[in-house]
Amino acid sequence: MATPSDDHGAPPEAIFDWAFLTGHAEYWMFITLMMAGLFMVVARGNLVKKVVGLNIFQVSVFMLYISIGKITDGTAPIFPLNMDVDPDVIYSNPLPHVLMLTAIVVGIATTSLALALIVRIREAFGTIEEDELLILERAIDTEENRRYSAQSAGDA
Amino acid sequence: MTETILTLILFAMLVAVAFAIIQMRQLFAVVLLSSVFSLLTALLFVIMDAVDVAFTEAAVGAGISTVLMLGTIALTRKRSAERTRSDILPFFVVAVTGAALVYGTLDMPNFGDANAPANAYLRQDYLDRSVTEIDVPNVVTAILASYRGFDTLGETAVVFTAGIGVLLLLGGLAYRRAEDDEES
Amino acid sequence: MQHHLILRVVVKILVAAIILFALYVQFHGDFSPGGGFQAGVIMAAAFILYGIVFGMAKVKQVVPEWVVHRMMGLGVLIYAGCGVASMFLGYEFLNYNAFTPHHPSHGQHYGLLIVEFGVGVTVTGVMISIFYAFASRPPTLKDSDW
Repeated sequence: MATPSDDHGAPPEAIFDWAFLTGHAEYWMFITLMMAGLFMVVARGNLVKKVVGLNIFQVSVFMLYISIGKITDGTAPIFPLNMDVDPDVIYSNPLPHVLMLTAIVVGIATTSLALALIVRIREAFGTIEEDELLILERAIDTEENRRYSAQSAGDA
Repeated sequence: MTETILTLILFAMLVAVAFAIIQMRQLFAVVLLSSVFSLLTALLFVIMDAVDVAFTEAAVGAGISTVLMLGTIALTRKRSAERTRSDILPFFVVAVTGAALVYGTLDMPNFGDANAPANAYLRQDYLDRSVTEIDVPNVVTAILASYRGFDTLGETAVVFTAGIGVLLLLGGLAYRRAEDDEES
Repeated sequence: MQHHLILRVVVKILVAAIILFALYVQFHGDFSPGGGFQAGVIMAAAFILYGIVFGMAKVKQVVPEWVVHRMMGLGVLIYAGCGVASMFLGYEFLNYNAFTPHHPSHGQHYGLLIVEFGVGVTVTGVMISIFYAFASRPPTLKDSDW
């Protein structure tokens, strides 16, 4: 923790830390893309557009994760074919790449299941707009409640 | 320097494509723009030295995902409805979430730092050990199938489960049963 | 004159190249970017392309439904079977050193090839099965609506 006397002696240019900004600008770019995907999930009513927004969000998370593993002046983590490894070459971190490979495949699995559910919803309700689906489901719920209460009133 | 310029150009294109997807109502165009988004992301991955991930993203995002979404809109509808609600509240929620995430990244190490905790411990260990223990040029495959082989087994099981799930949902068992009932 | 003549001719030539490229990516995953997932997706893309251009009946003649349904489980079986085989040889689950105890890195290479092949088979089967499931449902939009 900096002592209070340090703040008075610091020059005004040090507040605008250029190295910090350029070092973190990439992360903020990917967060912007994430928020674009999240906006699509929250603000659009069509179920297919929601799935597309979720995909954009997912891909932006991958970008953020891969950028953690990037090393400046590094290269792809693949050795030369004859396996004589030059000790001066810097290789980027291969571990985030492995984790994101798994994540991409899991992402396509969930996307395909979501799309199959959308097809079934369309066949069952006739629409894939969120507003109309809410109205239809509410009507079904009130109908079932009415029928159940009439049944239990008949039993009692 | 060229990497930074390329990253900025790709990011600008990605933002433009994302905004176009938000605005459009023709679902066919939305699906094809999402394929373009995946392809641009694959280029970004190549710039960040993740060639295996770029390969997978291009094949999966720009290939399979597009085909499945086109199949879905062929089975549902091709336009989305008019927007009736305002976008102020979602925009506010998204802005608050984004600000919280940016606040979280303030503690992160700089981009490309070789001494970051994520890069300091296991990276050199895997790179050194895989030369002697596995002797395979592609370190990502070596880690994926050997050092982290359990995760890959689980992931293969996840893909298998997704296939089973889609077959249960869309397998047409009801159609076949209805056809059998009609014949008998 | 058939519809989409250029598409049909080009796809007939391309499908062979795509399948060959998928096999290359599968078995060179150890030496260059690639591996099981990418190869499985590219192989599935070849058959999906054929199915889109020539129709579902023709592609189901080439790869029937029961083949892809079996492929889905076969890949997971190969992968887990490799692990169990190393257990039977006296080592732990998924310890590839069991295949050639005197030279562990060769055993690792064999293990890598086998499990990546299993992954490729499963991913191919799943992608083609999902495409069959989507494309075999009777469509609700007529062609004129597009």
